[in-house]
Amino acid sequence: MTAKLIVGLDGGGSGGRAVEYAKKLAKLMGGAELIVVYVIEWSPFSFQTPEENAERHKRRELEIEAAETRVVSPAVKALKADGVKVRGMVKHGHVAETLDRIATEEKADQIVVGRTSEAGIANRIFGSSTANLVMHASVPVTVVA
Amino acid sequence: MKTRTFMAASGLAFVATSAVAQEAKSIDQTVNEVFAKATGPFVNLIFAPLPGTSFPWIVLWLVVAASIFTLYFGFIQFRAFRHSIELVKGDYSDPNDAGEVSHFQALATALSGTVGLGNIAGVAVAVGIGGPGATFWMILAGLLGMASKFTECTLGVKYRNEYPDGTVSGGPMYYMSKGFAERNVPGGKALAVAFSVFCILGALGGGNMFQANQAHAQISGILGDYPGWITGLVFATVVFAVIVGGIKSIARVTEKVVPFMGVLYVGTALIIILMNIEHIGWAFGQIFAGAFTGLGVAGGLVGALIQGFKRAAFSNEAGVGSAAIAHSAVRTKEPITEGFVSLLEPFIDTVVICTMTALVITISGVQIMDPETGRFILADNGMIATTGDVQGVALTSAAFATGFSWFPYVLAVAVILFAFSTMISWSYYGLKAWTYLFGEGKTTELVFKIIFCVFVVIGAAASLGPVIDFSDAAIFAMAVVNITALYFLMPIVKKELISYQTRLKSGEIKKFNH
Repeated sequence: MTAKLIVGLDGGGSGGRAVEYAKKLAKLMGGAELIVVYVIEWSPFSFQTPEENAERHKRRELEIEAAETRVVSPAVKALKADGVKVRGMVKHGHVAETLDRIATEEKADQIVVGRTSEAGIANRIFGSSTANLVMHASVPVTVVA
Repeated sequence: MKTRTFMAASGLAFVATSAVAQEAKSIDQTVNEVFAKATGPFVNLIFAPLPGTSFPWIVLWLVVAASIFTLYFGFIQFRAFRHSIELVKGDYSDPNDAGEVSHFQALATALSGTVGLGNIAGVAVAVGIGGPGATFWMILAGLLGMASKFTECTLGVKYRNEYPDGTVSGGPMYYMSKGFAERNVPGGKALAVAFSVFCILGALGGGNMFQANQAHAQISGILGDYPGWITGLVFATVVFAVIVGGIKSIARVTEKVVPFMGVLYVGTALIIILMNIEHIGWAFGQIFAGAFTGLGVAGGLVGALIQGFKRAAFSNEAGVGSAAIAHSAVRTKEPITEGFVSLLEPFIDTVVICTMTALVITISGVQIMDPETGRFILADNGMIATTGDVQGVALTSAAFATGFSWFPYVLAVAVILFAFSTMISWSYYGLKAWTYLFGEGKTTELVFKIIFCVFVVIGAAASLGPVIDFSDAAIFAMAVVNITALYFLMPIVKKELISYQTRLKSGEIKKFNH
């Protein structure tokens, strides 16, 4: 039975470092499956105009496609080239909740994420996605600096 | 940035006022006369009384329909109320559909089209003519209307068009043409065309002119009297920027501010009611007594009833068909779930928000009552006399001012924002009807959008009477066509309902969140 690691991507440096670290872990474990996930922040409780609603399905497809081609596919390709067993995923939702839900569904052993790179007042008040994940996750979480 | 331009423009408009005031008054008057003459026959037809009475047939039409749907679906508005809330909370939403339009979003969008002046100015008109008793009939109409909404929104989702590029278009015109064909009933297409014509008129009337008119009344109430066409031009420019220029940021800001305004409005109303808690029993007494005796208002019991039903229908739009357009973008495998969600709309709009307004007006004592007889004193125009001689949105404003003297300013901002968001919503409804008639395409859409903006100016310039008559008439004309179609199509909704309930009971339809 191989171990499963969920890796959170953010399209930036901290996601990249999470991937690197997860790769190292996988090697140390003597082989593990990585699932790299990009979550598009989205709330079902936001307010939209009728026009936005009518176009929502189309926009969602476009968002998924953009995330797929720009972030997930390159990461998957690079990992495969290094001989790592890997799958990619793009999801909409609350970042921390979604990563945790996927981890539960996939029966993953661990979640690896980068430390939040963004700073600012909003994060001070509401907490970053990483902090939320660490507090609520149902599997161990590794935060990569 | 845009708001600043808007403020600057209104400021400028105000400065320009005195110079052009004389000339402008005559522009307003001309607009008003031409408009009243042009719309008169249509208005008279819609509000024609039943032979031998003073009761407009259209009010009976709406109430009978809402009652029939209520009975046909076995009081669905009460039976499914809890399930509706669970659906809005997302308990039954598949996490894999995240990123699609949720039940909450469809409801919120539809609500921002209906919550607005109907709840503030419309209620004031109802209570101003019909007395507190109108509130009772308004609440009753709201409760019954939940069943109409349920029926039309289920059909709206079931028969919407989904295009290859992923966009959706729905509404009564689609369930009329497709649903009738499916049931082998002729005339669906004709109804769809008639509905679309009335929907365009409704979009220009209640969804546009009435909003512009009352927004102007608010602004001029604060800045001092100045010609309406100036407000109209400013509004038309901002609306133009959004619907033609595609400046989404303005719409997005409004969509986010409006819900907070709604909460603020209800919150303030609640505080005023709590501050007068010792009068609340008396106020409800007035509402019940007025409902059955009229307390001396014009037309007595029937007068109160007509006003209550009319304003409720104008406010929550149940049976009108507009909501079916707004709700049809939701992501669901079960059209009936959107029907359940939509039945919350008349509840929030009419049973909660309108009642708040009516209670505040009643408690405030702005309406003058003869202390000896306990009956209202009528002004010359047949409306109940008020302290300061106010009507429409100004009556609501005066009533709220008895609690908080600064509230009229907040209300003015709320009215302007509500008016604006309602205009944006209705420009979309009208556009859907327009493209149904004339086909989709950049030029045809642009033509409608420009006409829409022109009517903003006309609406702001005309006086309240003719505007309100035309707005009501156009919206009720939509209801005539829409409800006719609903009668033919309600067995389809019944079938959906039975199938859904069976699967819900058997556990085939499950909650995703526990």
